Amino acid sequence: MPLFLNDDQTMLRDTARDFVADAAPVSHMRKLRDSKDETGFSRDLWKQFADMGFTGILVGEDHGGLGLGHVEAGVVLEEIGRNLSPSPFLQTAVAAVEALKGTPHAERWFPGIVAGETVAALALDEGAKFRASVSMKAERSGNGFKLTGAKQFVHHGHVADFVIVSARTAGAADDQDGVTLFAVPKDAAGMTARAERLTDASLAARIEFDGVEVDADAVIGEVDAGRKPLDRLLRAGRAGAAAEMLGVGAGAMDMTIGYIKERKQFGTLIGSFQALQHRAAHLYSEMEVARAAVLKAQQLLDAGDDKADAAVSVAKAMTGLATMLSVQEGIQMHGGIGMTDEYDIGFYMKRQRVLAELFGDANYHADRLAQAAGY
Amino acid sequence: MSDLETFRSETRAWLEANCPPEMREPIRSEKDSVWGGRDQSAMTPAQKQWMDAMGAKGWTVPDWPKEYGGGGLSAAEAKVLREEMARIRARNPLSSFGISMLGPALLKYGTEEQKKEHLPKIARGEIRWCQGYSEPNAGSDLASLATSAEDKGDHFLVNGQKVWTSYANYADWIFCLVRTDKTNKHNGISFVLFDMQTPGVSTKPILLISGYSPFCETFFDNVKVPKENLVGELNKGWDVAKYLLGHEREMISNMGLGGGGKNPLIDGAIATIGLDHDGRLADPLLRAKIAEFEVRSKAFAAQSERFIDELKAGRAHPAQPSMMKYYGTELNKSRHELIMASGGSDNLEWESERSRGGAPARDWLRTKANSIEGGTSEVQLNIISKRILELPGA
Ligand SMILES: Cc1cc2nc3c(=O)[nH]c(=O)nc-3n(C[C@H](O)[C@H](O)[C@H](O)COP(=O)(O)OP(=O)(O)OC[C@H]3O[C@@H](n4cnc5c(N)ncnc54)[C@H](O)[C@@H]3O)c2cc1C
Repeated sequence: MPLFLNDDQTMLRDTARDFVADAAPVSHMRKLRDSKDETGFSRDLWKQFADMGFTGILVGEDHGGLGLGHVEAGVVLEEIGRNLSPSPFLQTAVAAVEALKGTPHAERWFPGIVAGETVAALALDEGAKFRASVSMKAERSGNGFKLTGAKQFVHHGHVADFVIVSARTAGAADDQDGVTLFAVPKDAAGMTARAERLTDASLAARIEFDGVEVDADAVIGEVDAGRKPLDRLLRAGRAGAAAEMLGVGAGAMDMTIGYIKERKQFGTLIGSFQALQHRAAHLYSEMEVARAAVLKAQQLLDAGDDKADAAVSVAKAMTGLATMLSVQEGIQMHGGIGMTDEYDIGFYMKRQRVLAELFGDANYHADRLAQAAGY
Repeated sequence: MSDLETFRSETRAWLEANCPPEMREPIRSEKDSVWGGRDQSAMTPAQKQWMDAMGAKGWTVPDWPKEYGGGGLSAAEAKVLREEMARIRARNPLSSFGISMLGPALLKYGTEEQKKEHLPKIARGEIRWCQGYSEPNAGSDLASLATSAEDKGDHFLVNGQKVWTSYANYADWIFCLVRTDKTNKHNGISFVLFDMQTPGVSTKPILLISGYSPFCETFFDNVKVPKENLVGELNKGWDVAKYLLGHEREMISNMGLGGGGKNPLIDGAIATIGLDHDGRLADPLLRAKIAEFEVRSKAFAAQSERFIDELKAGRAHPAQPSMMKYYGTELNKSRHELIMASGGSDNLEWESERSRGGAPARDWLRTKANSIEGGTSEVQLNIISKRILELPGA
């Protein structure tokens, strides 16, 4: 398989590009922020995503989805990133769908996801930095489990129809085994979500689980063997976050290069200054390399290749590095106007920071690769 | 089985039978590269066997047409061959300016006679080529070159001096830029080929900071070059030169890839520095730098694959080799900085046996030229900003 988009994928990209730029450009996000909206995204837009078929990209045709892959999901995510469109797409249509695929939960949740009616949230983080360890407890109780603990950085956690939670059914925090993944419906007693607005104006919740009772059928996959669906979720989520971040970086770069082609100082276009040209060309190179890393990870995921996991870490780390450069150079090359709230470039900086933290930052993934290589 | 799968299993079997074990060891220093040429006395038996076997199959140049000594493989088959070679860590059988630079230019601009004459010899490693572009006063500003070629009816008379001509002292033939019209900077340059044994050609090696002397000053004193050795049109050599430079940059960018398999940098660091009780390199800052380097180099490997795929499909931007050259060479320089930092004083030994004659240090010094040869990093960035990003001129 060549490492570029095929004709169908290119067509999907063009469709997604037009659709997202039209339905949810940066001004859409600005409006949500300015109106102090309390959902964090537009339900109406989520429905439109469904009408376009996007919400079912990774859902099999037997469940009414398109049965496509991570490359296609990434194509949509890149456009979401480019337009900074607030959307539950990454968490719901990508990460949650991958976790639930092939389990009985698919019957229950996929129709709503495909229809653009259902939103999922991922309650994984127990501290301010993503870690692989899981401390939150799930004790056997009746014919089910009782969940106790707290999670944070849960996007859409306060409005989601169900929350995917990682908890420990055996062993100690750092153990691989003994983790179980649960799908908890939003009305579960004892679960309280408090949403906080983040730097990028998105909303993420801290969730308290105070002896939340769930049935045995809330378990995703098998008890004590939740790493399996969790790893599936994380691989998909990371590749997706990398794709969205790529869009953020590309959007910031395009905006910046457009700006230096128009802005005049000293009687000339600032884009003709070699000091800026060289930095722009360097940025372009970093973004190209990041783009390749993302596509490689997605293709390996779609092929079910066992090199996919490492490739996903490369993609998440590389996009973290490249897009950080993109947003920083973005502000710098815009000069003073780049610091104003009125101008959009600052939003890219904020969004990049949030996506960089999601599912492990660049350092986390570089470290993961180093450990796998034995140093 | 699909045709491609059949091809893969046949290729695998053929490589298994024909690639000597010594040629499956990673390249450990510049000296392990095989350059072919008329004088093959310096080659080891394994090197020669491997080059000849691959050359006879046309697999030194898998995607060139068979009639010119190539393998005639499709892009997909060539990719399979690369993958199968990487699988057994087979060394590149032949390093050659003929393959990576002149060949593509001849395929595009050469006459039928020129292709038939030169390409098969390049493919089989029989003739070693060097590149006569740079002059003392024409480096980054290559088009200001002055070496002259006077029209003498059936031949050109070439006079002048080239510099930085890599391996000119070992080369059999040279592809050379000469001035055929003094009144027109870019449209007064022609592209000619000639034998380095032609009377009037002389070379003088230049010693590098690495202690190696891979390149020369090259002098031309009334050198007679037959007219049929002109490639492309008279005074239109700049087009050929630029096309060739694209391929040169593409080749140089591969340096960013390092070898396949596990990064020897990591083993080196573990050997000298050791692991702490958590199994991590005991120098946490160096570990972090190596890890970030690994991210970039793995991502760059993906980019190289993407670039080749795009190139083969005719989708790459024509200036994209500049990006590859820039990134790959800067990456390779940082790899060798890390190798030196990991090896510590072991890697500083200049002539000892254990350092294989100072290979780590010499290779490290050699890489500093990566961002100069084939057009400097600054020049690549100029090209990216003007031609890809379309930023305004000064
Ligand atoms: C190891 C090695 C092998 C080589 N092999 C060959 C060979 O086989 N054949 C051959 O013909 N040549 C060869 N070269 C020559 C090489 O192509 C030139 O050295 C190169 O093009 C740079 O030219 P220069 O050395 O004259 O530097 P200069 O052009 O004098 O440049 C000096 C500095 O100024 C910068 N600079 C120049 N112009 C600009 C600009 N417009 N904007 C910004 N910065 C600028 C450069 O980037 C550089 O940093 C080789 C060089 C090396 C080091």
